[in-house]
Amino acid sequence: MKTAAGYAAGLLFGIGLAVSGMTDPARVVGFLDVAGAWDPTLMFVLGGAVITTFVGYRLVFKRTAPLLGGVFQLPTKRELDAKLLGGAALFGIGWGLSGYCPGPAIASIGGLSLPLLAMLVTMVLGWFFARRFAAKRLA
Amino acid sequence: MDWTAGLQGLVGGVLIGLSATWLMATLGRIAGISGIVGNLITQRPKGDSAWRVAFLLGLISGPLLLMALGGGLGNVAGSPGEVIGAPVGGIGLMLVAGLLVGVGTGLGSGCTSGHGVCGLARLAPRSMAATGMFLLTALVTVYISRHLLGLGGVQ
Repeated sequence: MKTAAGYAAGLLFGIGLAVSGMTDPARVVGFLDVAGAWDPTLMFVLGGAVITTFVGYRLVFKRTAPLLGGVFQLPTKRELDAKLLGGAALFGIGWGLSGYCPGPAIASIGGLSLPLLAMLVTMVLGWFFARRFAAKRLA
Repeated sequence: MDWTAGLQGLVGGVLIGLSATWLMATLGRIAGISGIVGNLITQRPKGDSAWRVAFLLGLISGPLLLMALGGGLGNVAGSPGEVIGAPVGGIGLMLVAGLLVGVGTGLGSGCTSGHGVCGLARLAPRSMAATGMFLLTALVTVYISRHLLGLGGVQ
C-alpha cells in the first residue's frame, strides 16, 4: 500500500511538472529573466502549487496521523544557519544557469540528452559531497 | 502574456500541490524531490526505501505517460504541446550547474519542491529564507549570464 501511494504521488508530481512547463528549462529561465522577455508562467505554477498544498495540509493535519500509519514527519529545525542559506544560494546559481531544479531534471529522463545526463551525474555527485561535508562537520 | 501557458502552469501547479497533499495524507512525508531522491541514492537501503523508489519511478513515468497520450498537454515554450524542453546549455555548463544544484540542495536541505512548495505552504521560516535566497541568486545569475556575459542568447 505504501509503495502504491508513493508511486501515485510521484506520477501526479511528474504529470504536474510536465503540464505546468517546469520540464522546459526555457520557461524556467524565461521566468528568472526579469530584465528580458519575462515569462510569468512559473508564477502560476508556484502559486497554484503553494495554495493547493496550503489548503491540503490544513485538511490533512486535522487528522492525528497519516492514513497509512506512522507519524507526520515534519522538519523540526528552526535556525537560519549558514548551511541553509549558503546551500540555497549555490542551488539558485545552478538553477539559474541550467533552468533545472532536481524535480524537473529527474522527470525529464524520458527525453534524455547529453547535457541533461551530465547535469544528473554531477547533481548526484553533489548530493554525496554535501552528505560527506555535513557528516564531517558534525563529527 | 500567453494565457494558455499561464493556465497550463496553474493546472500543473495544482497537480503538484495535490501530489504534495496526497504524500502527506498517506505517508506523512514532505514532497521534496532532493530529499526523497537524494536520500534514496546516498543512504544505505532502509525500511523506507520502497516508497522512495516508487515515487522516483512515478516521477519519471508522469511525463512519459503524457507523451504516450499525446494531445498537446505539455507546456514547452518553443513548441507548445511538447512535454520535455531542450536544455538551455551545453555539457560543460550543465556539469557545473548540476554540481551546484546537488551540493546546494544537499546542504540547504531542499529545493523548489521541499522549500518552495511544501515549506512555504507550512509557513516555515527556514523555507521562506531558503526560497528567498535561491530565487535571488537565480535571478542574479540569469541577469549576469544573459545580459552581461551574453550566454544563452540575450532576448
